[in-house]
Amino acid sequence: MSLTHLTIAESLKKLGSGEITSAELTEAHLKAMEGARALNAFIVETPELAMDQAKAVDAKWSKAGGKGERKPLEGLPLAIKDLFCTKGVQTTAGSKILEGFIPHYESTVTANLWRDGAVMLGKVNLDEFAMGSSNMTSAFGPVESPWKRRGDNRPLVPGGSSGGSAAAVAARIAPGATGTDTGGSIRQPAAFCGIVGVKPTYGRCSRWGVVAFASSLDQAGAFARTVEDTAIMLGSMAGYDPQDSTSVDVPVPDYRAATGRSVKGLRIGIPKEYRVDGMPGEIDALWRQGEQWFRDAGAEIVEISLPHTQYALATYYIVAPAECSSNLARYDGVRYGLRVPGKDLTEQYEATRAEGFGAEVKRRILIGTYVLSAGYFDAYYIKAQKVRALIARDFSDAFKSCDLILTPTAPSAAFALGEKSDDPIAMYLNDVFTVPASLAGLPGISVPAGLDAGGLPLGLQLIGRPFDEETVFAGAAALEKAAAFSAVPQIIAA
Amino acid sequence: MSLDAAAVARIARLARIRVTDDEKTHLASELSQVMDWIDQLQSVDTDGVEPLTSVVGARLKTRADVVILNVTRDDVLANAPEGMAGFFTVPKVVE
Repeated sequence: MSLTHLTIAESLKKLGSGEITSAELTEAHLKAMEGARALNAFIVETPELAMDQAKAVDAKWSKAGGKGERKPLEGLPLAIKDLFCTKGVQTTAGSKILEGFIPHYESTVTANLWRDGAVMLGKVNLDEFAMGSSNMTSAFGPVESPWKRRGDNRPLVPGGSSGGSAAAVAARIAPGATGTDTGGSIRQPAAFCGIVGVKPTYGRCSRWGVVAFASSLDQAGAFARTVEDTAIMLGSMAGYDPQDSTSVDVPVPDYRAATGRSVKGLRIGIPKEYRVDGMPGEIDALWRQGEQWFRDAGAEIVEISLPHTQYALATYYIVAPAECSSNLARYDGVRYGLRVPGKDLTEQYEATRAEGFGAEVKRRILIGTYVLSAGYFDAYYIKAQKVRALIARDFSDAFKSCDLILTPTAPSAAFALGEKSDDPIAMYLNDVFTVPASLAGLPGISVPAGLDAGGLPLGLQLIGRPFDEETVFAGAAALEKAAAFSAVPQIIAA
Repeated sequence: MSLDAAAVARIARLARIRVTDDEKTHLASELSQVMDWIDQLQSVDTDGVEPLTSVVGARLKTRADVVILNVTRDDVLANAPEGMAGFFTVPKVVE
């Protein structure tokens, strides 16, 4: 079996037993990365750094005689979303305005991964500043999904914003990748690419060193091809960080162990408001199949109500642009990034930001600036935060009668590049099932559960109580076992 | 909520983003469409609801009031598009 097809759990086992070295494992993935450049998944490849890290791990291990304790991810190559600052390695957030930016510090999440022995393959592509659901807004070009619709050769989107992460993991370029999720940016691309993607509770992973989009929503998470693998990764990424004031100081449980828990007796909530008009029949059928899988595993299905669901997207498209307009004020052409000269300072700001930001980012900054401007703040931003409180209350009420919530991850399978780009609202609707949990800060996971008529992957989402990722992982593992998803994308790296 | 080209110009000025006249017209229709869609929130009854400020209800921690200096001046200036003598530089702002 090719080394690039191993799961994270299998790789770590083989590394520990001495069956393979980190150099061999890393080299196989670097070769796959080279072979799959057409997908445009990476913005920066770091093969030399990766081999140095891998060889250092191997040397240490052989010096110890192949014995002793290994770090949780020792020798495991990973792809890093280009939103995480990496010391000495260009970090762009997918934007021209940050092209050439070399951070002098490391994000806490990636520092945690390196602390635990992981190896960096490179920085993966994303929608500009993580704003998008297709990866088409990247200044470095769109990422192509490794999947193809049956009988249709058009390139498909990998989803977004963490499209490079999802494409790399699905195409077997990386066994795992980091992502960030603001309104669905991990769960939706995971569903589109037929892999697992988990977003933990807001506050679980430090946001320090992660390029900010919407600070009250942004949360880091993990992509891999199995539920257990995402649990292994998240166990290393999560943890309290005094450098992020919203990082929560609670112990990180053993997520990997949680994937082995039984779901017998769990109550699985089915929100009736998620049966939206125009949802494809096959997605509805898969959702009902998911209910049956849980019943078969001894769980109980209960109908729940999340009455403010229909307002979630509009709420999100006030809160997220408002926070984005504030966060992105820092790109002024003075301290880092692009500078376009002007005759005075104001002109320089305006020229730099006009040139440096793409259309979607500008659109969101303008909406955000508008809803925060004098006279409109109460009517829009405060109103949205009130509706957000109602959405969060819906969930806490629902969790009185259930332990997990089961929904489809996205309202469709992956679409073709350019298919929805002319209508911003049609694009926003992609996140209809993922945004509500983001607004409430809840943990969510997408598990590949079936294929549509065109042979493209569809995902099911589980949402859990705050800080109860363990039950989310237990439920996801049960779904994964029942679904036995084994389809692989048409474009598989080497 | 309909936005015209003049409104877009005002917002763009606040956001310090230069927009051309063509863009203003285009953005006015695009942003109006988004704002119309967002306006559905006005129909939600939020009387007596406190705006949500923290999803996890966590209280901010305080820390010791000490200087933590883990970067050098050169680190901070390393990515500046222009600098001089240990400073960032900008076009002249004082006549």
